[in-house]
Amino acid sequence: MNTRKIEIMVGFFVTLSIGAMIILAFKVADISATGSGETYELKAKFDNIGGLKIRSAVKVGGVVIGRVSSIILDPEDYLPVVTLTLGLQYSNFSETSTVSILTSGLLGEQYIGFSPGFIDETVDILQAGDYIEDTKSALVLEELIGQFLFSVGND
Amino acid sequence: MPESIPQYSVEIEQLSFSRGDRPIYTDINMRFPKGKVTAIMGPSGIGKTTLLRLIGGQIKPDSGSIVFRGHNIPTLGRKKLYQVRQDMSMLFQSGALFTDMSVFDNVAFAIREHTKLPEDIIRTMVLLKLEAVGLRGARDLMPHELSGGMARRAALARAIALDPKLIMYDEPFAGQDPISMGVIVRLIKQLNDSLGLTSIVVSHDVPEVMSIADYVYIIADQRVIGKGTPKELLINESPLVQQFMQGLPDGPVPFHYKAEDYHCELLGGIK
Amino acid sequence: MILNMFQSVGEAVFDRFAGVGRASIMLFGALFGIPNFRKGFPLFVKQVYVVGVQSLTIIMVSGLFIGMVLALQGYTVLVDYGAEDSLGPMVGLSLLRELGPVVTGLLFAGRAGSALTAEIGLMKSTEQLSSMEMMAIDPLRRVVAPRFWAGLFCMPLLAIIFSTIGIFGGHLVGVEWLGIDAGNFWSIMQSKVDLVDDVFNGVIKSIVFAIVVTWIALYKGYNAIPTADGISKATTDTVVQASLAVLGLDFVLTVFMFGG
Repeated sequence: MNTRKIEIMVGFFVTLSIGAMIILAFKVADISATGSGETYELKAKFDNIGGLKIRSAVKVGGVVIGRVSSIILDPEDYLPVVTLTLGLQYSNFSETSTVSILTSGLLGEQYIGFSPGFIDETVDILQAGDYIEDTKSALVLEELIGQFLFSVGND
Repeated sequence: MPESIPQYSVEIEQLSFSRGDRPIYTDINMRFPKGKVTAIMGPSGIGKTTLLRLIGGQIKPDSGSIVFRGHNIPTLGRKKLYQVRQDMSMLFQSGALFTDMSVFDNVAFAIREHTKLPEDIIRTMVLLKLEAVGLRGARDLMPHELSGGMARRAALARAIALDPKLIMYDEPFAGQDPISMGVIVRLIKQLNDSLGLTSIVVSHDVPEVMSIADYVYIIADQRVIGKGTPKELLINESPLVQQFMQGLPDGPVPFHYKAEDYHCELLGGIK
Repeated sequence: MILNMFQSVGEAVFDRFAGVGRASIMLFGALFGIPNFRKGFPLFVKQVYVVGVQSLTIIMVSGLFIGMVLALQGYTVLVDYGAEDSLGPMVGLSLLRELGPVVTGLLFAGRAGSALTAEIGLMKSTEQLSSMEMMAIDPLRRVVAPRFWAGLFCMPLLAIIFSTIGIFGGHLVGVEWLGIDAGNFWSIMQSKVDLVDDVFNGVIKSIVFAIVVTWIALYKGYNAIPTADGISKATTDTVVQASLAVLGLDFVLTVFMFGG
């Protein structure tokens, strides 16, 4: 086994693993969408976050614009506070925007649906660290069924 | 003998070494004169190879000193020890050629590791050494393609690659056919005389050793039991020395391993 | 009697300590010792070839099959809940987080680890290490160090290749054979797999496994009893201990990385 052949094979091996790493980064983990690029944070307070988890997607009209980066409980009113990390290119949202916790499919993963509000002179643009006031909590299946049974019973 | 230091390449004084609870050497003294072939003989299993490893600093003695060219080997630090070892060399019983390199690369190995010489000078040096052992034509063979005798000669070429001051042979004649034995005997003597190095030969092949050694030590029972020139030893009156020199099966070194009384044991240990 | 028992237990404990001590000294000697780049680098490249390139086939074939089996098994469970679109993330996450590093570690222990032990054990028994020492060349630096670095370098790369090929194996079965929508397969996987949390943590795992497996393999070889019997025992020891170490460490690392 001569040195040249060994070098070629080692070079091939290293190139192959770099290629695999690139596939993992772009095709599997898709860093281009969530971006390791610049981000900013917004916060939102919910009554109930259901099955939302850290790293759940934040979508506008189905397009991922960011992810949930932390979920904590406000120590004063015991309501969950969700921090959203959004790409800086999506920074022009007005104060009247709403966020709701939605479910993809019947049993799917929960994500945050972000509906941008209208923009005119009377409303401000959301700045980094601001709270989104208008939030809609997650639908909890048991509560829904409870409500349904209750309304059926009243008829 | 006079006490002047430069006369000896290696001096061993009051050396004791034990492996676990088993003593190998107790308080032995030996001297290896410069430029001469000194042989160490003795029955197998008494740690002759161990003695070479002690001189090489691979193992440390319990007590005593081993002085090689003014350095007391057991007290040297790692760095100094490696420096001193560049002046010594050892031919292992198995040859110990590096199995993944050709004969040429084996001989060139130490030169490449220790020097920054350009490749064409290394080539000349290696071919010189291979010519000395008669293996210049075998330089591209791999170690597994060599016969036992050739492997040992290749190892010998490797051992002299960096022109050591001291070369130690561990059982150089063991397992060789008469022809390659003769070749190696001649090589040891030749190299010793032409390169002016000090040779220590560990062996139990009496006639071969007698033919090349300038001085002989016989070791048994953890100590030196006889020493002298080959001629002196032949007329040594010690029964132990005579038993060894003539290869008698029984004598002071018993034929039987230590055991209970034969008759008692055959009778089922009834006493 | 009882005293004897205590004594033997105590001795066994001390033996363990001595073993760990010897192994650490060996690693220390090896690590602080590629004496210079010009001489060390070719040795390293050669070992990358032996340790990495020669393990490539087994890693790629195993990765492909494990990915395919994962997809097949996952599909039969997920399809009952109508959630077969989640096959992508299931295959991807299990490979990246667990199977990639762990199976690579186990295969590496069996393929490269045992070879390293046997090679070094053989060099020891044929006095090659001793003769190197007598030539004033430290075998820890010349023999052990390049092999250690090569192992450390190769295993994460092998794990990455394993996971990637496994995911394509999953794609092959899930999309090409079972008919899941290719867009869903990739996009749901993309939304679930995070580069740092999943891919990098997997790589960190495989780096830890690389250190442990290579270390055990080299130590067992370097410390083998230099007989045929001793080397075969050392080789077995390498595979058994390295595999157990990989599985045990995987649990600990998983708790730290994904448990909290």
